[in-house]
Amino acid sequence: MNTIKLHSFQSLGTVDGPGVRAVLFLQGCSLSCVCCHNPDTWNMADGEEITIPALMHKIRRCRPYFGKNGGVTASGGEPLLQAQALTELFKSLKQEGIHTALDTSGCVLTPTVKELLRYTDLVLLDYKYTNDIDYLKYTGMEKAAVDRFLSYLNAETKETWLRHVYIPGLNDNEESIARLCEIKKANPCVSHIELLPFRKLCLEKYHAMGLHFPLENTPEPSLQEIASLKEKFTELS
Amino acid sequence: MNFTEWKGFTEGTWQTEINVRDFIQQNATPYTGDESFLAPAGEHTKAMMEKVQALFKEEQEKGGVLDIDTETVSSLCNFAPGYVDKEHELIVGLQTDAPLKRAVHPFGGIRMVRDACKAYGYELSSKVEEQFTYRTTHNDGVFRVYSDEMRAARHCALLTGLPDAYGRGRIIGDYRRVALYGVDKLIEFKKKDKIKIAKGNMNTETIRLSEELYQQITFLGELKKMAKSYGYDISRPAANAHEAIQWTYFAYLAANKEQNGAAMSLGRTSTFFDIYVERDLKNGTLTEEGAQELFDGLVIKLRMIRHLRTPEYNELFGGDPMWITEAVGGMAENHNTLVTKSSFRMLHTLRNLGPAPEPNLTVLWSRHLPDTFKKFCAKISIETDAIQYENDDLMRPAYGDDYAIACCVSAMRVGKQMQFFGARTNLAKLLLIALNGGYDQTFGTRIGPQMTPMTDDILDYTRVMERFNIYLSWLCHLYVNTMNCIHYMHDKYIYEKTQMALHDTEVQRLMAFGIAGLSVIADSLSAIRYAKVHPILDEQGIICDFETVGDFPKFGNDDNRVDDIAQNLVHQVYTELKKTPTYRNARHTLSVLTITSNVVYGKKTGSTPDGRKAGEPFAPGANPMHNREQNGAIASLNSVSKILYGDARDGISNTFSIVPDALGKTEQDRENNLVSVLDGYFGNYAHHLNVNVLNRETLLKAYENPEEYPNLTIRVSGYAVNFCKLSREQQREVISRTFHGAL
Repeated sequence: MNTIKLHSFQSLGTVDGPGVRAVLFLQGCSLSCVCCHNPDTWNMADGEEITIPALMHKIRRCRPYFGKNGGVTASGGEPLLQAQALTELFKSLKQEGIHTALDTSGCVLTPTVKELLRYTDLVLLDYKYTNDIDYLKYTGMEKAAVDRFLSYLNAETKETWLRHVYIPGLNDNEESIARLCEIKKANPCVSHIELLPFRKLCLEKYHAMGLHFPLENTPEPSLQEIASLKEKFTELS
Repeated sequence: MNFTEWKGFTEGTWQTEINVRDFIQQNATPYTGDESFLAPAGEHTKAMMEKVQALFKEEQEKGGVLDIDTETVSSLCNFAPGYVDKEHELIVGLQTDAPLKRAVHPFGGIRMVRDACKAYGYELSSKVEEQFTYRTTHNDGVFRVYSDEMRAARHCALLTGLPDAYGRGRIIGDYRRVALYGVDKLIEFKKKDKIKIAKGNMNTETIRLSEELYQQITFLGELKKMAKSYGYDISRPAANAHEAIQWTYFAYLAANKEQNGAAMSLGRTSTFFDIYVERDLKNGTLTEEGAQELFDGLVIKLRMIRHLRTPEYNELFGGDPMWITEAVGGMAENHNTLVTKSSFRMLHTLRNLGPAPEPNLTVLWSRHLPDTFKKFCAKISIETDAIQYENDDLMRPAYGDDYAIACCVSAMRVGKQMQFFGARTNLAKLLLIALNGGYDQTFGTRIGPQMTPMTDDILDYTRVMERFNIYLSWLCHLYVNTMNCIHYMHDKYIYEKTQMALHDTEVQRLMAFGIAGLSVIADSLSAIRYAKVHPILDEQGIICDFETVGDFPKFGNDDNRVDDIAQNLVHQVYTELKKTPTYRNARHTLSVLTITSNVVYGKKTGSTPDGRKAGEPFAPGANPMHNREQNGAIASLNSVSKILYGDARDGISNTFSIVPDALGKTEQDRENNLVSVLDGYFGNYAHHLNVNVLNRETLLKAYENPEEYPNLTIRVSGYAVNFCKLSREQQREVISRTFHGAL
């Protein structure tokens, strides 16, 4: 029987997709993003194995709360690393009419991943940087990979939200925002861009794990900066 | 019956009998629109609020009590009329001759009054002391009959917060009757009832009832006199919205002049008032601004109601609460909604006057409520943290569609049912007493059946349950008997004449028992069952602590292994209670509710097998223990929703705190998501939810600098409080609660 390696289960998620959602944080990630706020999801050896029926049971218990547009979001970690088991889960969810969202970096596009996308209603695609050099430098992943992923989503007309964490001094400039808006225009599958301010709530986690947080000295964007960036974004889109 | 004041109302049986429900059914105008019609605070409201805020500030600066009249025993006509600001006071009437001046109510017990006066630097006058040397109080009566065991259970806080020294409260007069029928008509009906009784057999029951009716009729007369002193003739029905609200308030005020009950709910008035408002609007004699000012004016008055309490009382019921509970919304049995424009107006007072704990606004939630109203409630909740929600779809089948909420979560048919309030027993402590074979280690008290302590190396679940069941049977018998003594004496020495005059003569009585520490005992039993619990003994061989090795399922994670334990416990307590008959054949009911007494309960309870250390607070009501929820808020809500309302018809309180960011990214999202959460929770047959949407940091800041947060209102356990009025200990406990956040 397929099992999923789960980092944690959040029964009331409201910030990863529309409505009230059960959010599955899957264990394991192959990237090395400097801004990652879940370092405890990296190592595939950690986490808890859970069977698909057991997970379905947990999700069904949340279903009365989903309302009109809630559902399930698979996040992580990088959920694509467990694409096969996740496909089985999403298939079951679709059979029960539950909305499915996939929160991913879009790092791989294998046949298994393509199969998973068949049962995915919404992709929350992390689009982290808008130039090749920064992408590789700050995530360990080629920007080409995410572009390839996005092209596929577009070809499949799969509803997609682009998510962009803006980090002061790294990617919070007007150029990045403008570029994101262009990407949206070029890819009609993108219905929405979410600009997420960089946060350092994860600092404690890093310290507890004895890890160094690469952005320890980077400030969180101020309320003013957030407002001005949002304004720019509205202007450009 | 017919009155010119009823012109324009739809006819119904309400005209041939006292039947406010029918009047509402025939005349209410359901409203499914949005909030855009609402009016901001008017000139009268603003002027009043300025005066009242200054008074509140002065009261707070004086240590919580502005003034006490130590010379006058409170009753309906013992004080000259008092005013705040005659020019702007749309709704008149104060408990004494001056705003926020507290009155003494010695009929419940003179000692408590004496101590309360002393605590605030006053002395009860020798005149009152002298008068009460010739009177038996409720408190005197109870202690004449309490058995040694009852005293011991009270002493070691196995039974706590018993209403044996003050007014029991939890009785909701149908204050609306005064507005709809006028006092004379009510007197006429009561007189007829009295004559009818005399035609039957006169026995203990009927003679008592006859005397009660005599008192009811006398006090209805007093009520008229009281209103007259303010220049109003309430012998006749109210002729317009202003009068309807004023008449109703007079009746409520009279109840408070007569009684200092622990919880004095208002009932379910807004939709009733709406009928008058609609008629006035149609006649062109009232504008929306004017209508809102009437609601604002009423609520200002409700926020000024005060009773004199001792510091020990405040420890149990923190924040000087009154529980002026007003139930808003709900559905009718014919599937119409009972939401009217005035349901909106009532909630809108939280904006016009700013957030505050009173009145205790309680939304009766149904999945069938209009979407616009649901969203409006969510919005006000997020803005003010001052609303609680109770499941109308669950209560309506049990209590019909004209019930209201006494105190926090106690439903009763308005004017048809009353309650004998029974505080609560501490189940976690009972487990410890059982394990120690009838000894309370915290107080050093021997109590209950005497056995040897269970000093096994590792506690065995089956053996523990066998032992616990013996103690539970013993406790439930003792608890019912204790309550019977209290309420016999309360009826005898401090009967609620005004409030009961506003009930049907043949009233149905509920006796409301309560349990505290549910999540502590559920987790403790789960630890005994699924982990290894090793009792630690003191020098006398008494269990004084536990060493728990290994993990165990914890209540609040939607895990049936422990949730079933909690569910069964509640069922078992209810079943045991029913074995002992009650005074006046009251129906047994049970609540899982603690008010803020979870702090005191914890303080008086030793270490428990779940890992809670001696003295640490319990979780409030039916809440899972703080920060043991590992699967997010919905899993926590799911656990609580498994407790069956059928076993706990007096209510199951749950307090839910969530940080705004975890409820959604935009205001719109947060409102929609809160509606989804409420629909989901109540769709699972859950009973009650307090909703707080705030950051822990806000509370920490208010803890450090209370003067900067004079109006910070939060929901605690079935009621809202002004955070700054809680004791430091209660504040720390609230801060330590689970705040559901985003991962």
